This record gives sequence, C-alpha cells and structure tokens, in this order.
Amino acid sequence: MTDLAVHPAPSVPRGWAGSEEARGLALISPTFLYALALLVLPILIVIAYSFWTQDYLTIDRTFTFENYRKALFEPIYQDLLMRSLRISLMVSIATVVFSYPIAWFISFHGGLNKNLWLFLVTIPCWTSYLLRVMSWKVILGYQGVLNTGLMKLGIIDQPLTWLLYNANAVTIALVHSWAAFAILPIFVSLEKIDRTLIEAATDLGDGPIRRFVRIILPLSMPGVISAFLIVMIPTVGDYVTPQLVGGKDGVMIATAIQANFGKAANWPLGAALSVTTMIVVSLLAGAVVLGFKMLMRVVR
Amino acid sequence: MRNGFKLPLLPAFVILYFVFLYGPILLIPIFSFNNAAATTFPLAGFTTKWYGQLPGNSALLTAARNSMIVGVTVSLLSTLLAICAARAVTRYRFRGKKTMSGIIMAPLILPEIIIAISLLMILLQFGLGLSLFTVILGQTLFCIPYSMSVLISGFEGFDRSLEEASTDLGETAFGTFRRVTLPVVAPAILSSLLVSFTISLDEFILAFFLSGTEPTLPVYIWGQLRFAAKLPSVLALGTLMILASVILLTVAEIIRRRAESRRLQYEHGTH
Repeated sequence: MTDLAVHPAPSVPRGWAGSEEARGLALISPTFLYALALLVLPILIVIAYSFWTQDYLTIDRTFTFENYRKALFEPIYQDLLMRSLRISLMVSIATVVFSYPIAWFISFHGGLNKNLWLFLVTIPCWTSYLLRVMSWKVILGYQGVLNTGLMKLGIIDQPLTWLLYNANAVTIALVHSWAAFAILPIFVSLEKIDRTLIEAATDLGDGPIRRFVRIILPLSMPGVISAFLIVMIPTVGDYVTPQLVGGKDGVMIATAIQANFGKAANWPLGAALSVTTMIVVSLLAGAVVLGFKMLMRVVR
Repeated sequence: MRNGFKLPLLPAFVILYFVFLYGPILLIPIFSFNNAAATTFPLAGFTTKWYGQLPGNSALLTAARNSMIVGVTVSLLSTLLAICAARAVTRYRFRGKKTMSGIIMAPLILPEIIIAISLLMILLQFGLGLSLFTVILGQTLFCIPYSMSVLISGFEGFDRSLEEASTDLGETAFGTFRRVTLPVVAPAILSSLLVSFTISLDEFILAFFLSGTEPTLPVYIWGQLRFAAKLPSVLALGTLMILASVILLTVAEIIRRRAESRRLQYEHGTH
C-alpha cells in the first residue's frame, strides 16, 4: 500500500475523510441519493397520502383509516386483491414447476454450452413485455391463431370463446413472461450442488427419486424460493396483462390503483390500495418462505 | 433400467418448453408479413406493405424519436450511477453497505406500478409537468439495478494490485483509471449500456404513467392496440423492435463472454 509508505506508523489516525469508509460512502452516495429521492421519498409520500382524504380536488390532511377500511373491506377491492393474489400464486407455482426441469436440464445436461442455453432462455424475456402479451391476444382471440387453426383442421366448428378474456388467459401470458426469471435462480442453486453428494447417495443405494427428494431438492430450495418470490411479487401488481387479455373476469388490483390516479382521481384511496397491496404481498411472501421450509422438513 | 425411459422425456419437455417460449414471439414477425388485416390461419400470402406504411406515419416517427432520446439518456445515466455504486460495493468496505445497495436494488422486486404511481405523485406534488424528462428519471431508477448486476460481476474479477502497481509507478489517479482500470472494466460498462438501453426501449408501465403527451414507442403501441385495423402495422413495428432488442442483447452477450475468456486466459497465464 502506498499510503503505508507515506505514513510508516499505522497507528497514526489518517483522518476519516481519507479512510476507506469515507471513500466508499462518497462513491455510493450519488446512486443512493438518487434511489432515496426517487424511490424511498415517493413511497413515503404514498404512505402519507393513504391516511388523508380527498374532497374533489382538495386534500384533507386529517389522519384517517377510512381509505384502508375501503381497500380492505369493500367487496370490489377485496375481490380484486384476492384475485390478484390467487393469480400470482398460480403463476408462480406454474412457472417454478415448468422452469425446474429446464434449469435441471441446463445444469446437468448442458455440457459446455450452459451459457448458450441460458442466453436462449433469457432472450424472449428481454423483448418487449407489451408485445409478448399482445401476441397471446393474437393466439387466443376469437379470430385468433388457435381458433382459426383448429377450425381449419376440422377439430372444432365454432371458435372457442373461453380462451381469451379470463383469469386463465392472464395466467398463461404471465407464466410466459416470467419464465426466465424463474430458471436463472434455480439454475444457480443447482450449479452449487456438490456432485459428489449425488454420487455418494447412488453408491449408498438411493434411487433417482430418493436422490432427488432427499438431496437435490433440499439443496436447490433457496433457488426455488427466490424464483417463486421473484415471480410472485411483481405479478401481483401487473397492469398490462389483465388489461389486454383479462377481460372482465381477469381484472386485477393494478387496474383499480391506476383508475384512482386517472379518471376516478382519488389519490388517497389509490395510495391506500398500493400500500395494502405491498403489505399483503410481503406477508404472502413471508408465508411462502415459511411454507417451503416446513414442507422441506416434512419431506426430509 | 429406468434411463431408457427417462432420458427422452426431459429433452421432449425442453423442446415443448422452447416452443412455448418462442412460439408467441415468432408469431409477431410471421403475421407482420401476412397479406391480411386479421391474424388468422392459414396465412394469406406474403407482403411487405405493412412495413412500407411505417415511414409515412408521423406519430410513430415522433414516438421512435422520443424512445431514442429516452433510451440513450437512460442508458448513460443509469450506467454512470451504477458504475459509482458497483465500484463502491466491490472496492470498499463501509457501514450501511448492505442497506444502501438493498435500497438501490429494490426496484427489481417491487411491483412496477407502485414505483410508477409513487413517482407520479411526487412529480405532480412538486409541480413538475410530465414529459420525456420524467420518463428518464423513472426509467433510470428502474435500470440501475440491472446495470449494477452487470457491472458488479465485471468489477469483481478486477485485480486491485494492478491499480496499486500503476500508482506506485507514478501514474496519477486519473491516469490509472484511464490506462489501467478502464480497459479492464470496459466490456462490463458496454454491456451495461446496451442492457439498459434495451430495457428502456421496451419499458411500458413507467413510460405510460410518466410520459404525459410525449409517448415512447411502447406507449404509442398501447394506443394503437384499441383499433383492430392498426394491428398489422403494430406487428411490423413490433418485429423491428424485437429485432433491435435481440441484436443489442446478442452484442452485449458477446462482449461479456469475450471479456470473460480473456480474464480466464490471464488468470491461467499468471498462476
């Protein structure tokens, strides 16, 4: 270290301003302040608004739980929130179940081309999310690819109307959107597994299923949990997919949040809905983590 | 043995999965060359007329220009801010590092609509009108975590002793940065620029809430989706956007991999 050459006695305090700590803080502070100003502060303002009320255009700053009462107990918001949670849970389960074998395949059979496989898996996720959801509309629509294709083949005589504009269409489109985000964390945790453990289990007489349940699955659990959460948390608040393919039965909470900042213009209620969503999602995430841990204890 | 039965099952699943993953995206270019306004099978014949209509559409050209302005600014800003943070995280030890980087990375795990509406509220609160500038502010926040993950992995392999050697040999701090640090970390910086540009180009929610009367391409597309007759030109535009994303990401990946193999060679050479 050059500094030591200049100050031969390390016990002499060099002053805080020149220390490693100060330099690190100075370097990270522009980015941190940016996030503070444009993420933390705005969220604090949302929280503040959620306790206020709005009378036409004026904001009444008296503290009240009224917005939360509406957000939690009015049937329409209750239904929307429950449906959003249900859809996002289904999407995360389906995404993790479908992604696990792919991550497995890349990790255990990917050979020298692991990076190429990962790249191929991630490309679709980097193309416009709006366009991807739109293409599901093209596939599932009344006059869409699936209906016209099946009719041409003579399998059906009339277009199926239950394909588009419901919760299932939303689920399918979301599973498609989030696939790679689930594969990557599972892949990383599979890569970390010491392969000799699997050999040892084989030598000791464990069959493929026991090997999987008792060694590979528990050791890849951190990846499964983070994949689950990475998919679940953002999908709860998804706006585009329900708008494009959800129809009346696929509306989710984001549509209600947006409406309160747009036409309906009730910011405090919109804020309370946002905060409620964040809190409920966090609770659900905690429950999911606990659930997985308990499941693993039972299986083992 | 079970193996004879098990092995074809997994590849079959992988193939099906890739069809599921790529099928919907490939439909966009396929129908963009289809000589019919409706997206029905069988295809009606080949045409490039939907592409021919794009350059004459002034609303689209404005949106494309807006997207370029936003994309370039966002990629520069987010890369610059992420360089500072990534360097601080990989090079120095300081209190609060975990919390600070956690907050910087938080946009990755928050529902995007919540970021969008909270930004909208604070901007309107402070009387800032919505414009491309507000889109840039929001998308930069959103891109920093991605840039940072790219940059941290690029900086982590960096050998600190190289910089120390340079300083010992009399280079100034700036000279060391330009002649030693920069060449090593340049690939990571370049991929961060490309990745954040791609994200910005495709990002919809923040642009939708924060763009006011200046739409970016995804916001323009959103407006067109209401009209069934506009679908073919949206598909043509979408094809071009997908092509742009794929090219940019492939370039980013190639840069990243070249740098990685160079680093491996270097490590093998010295140890």
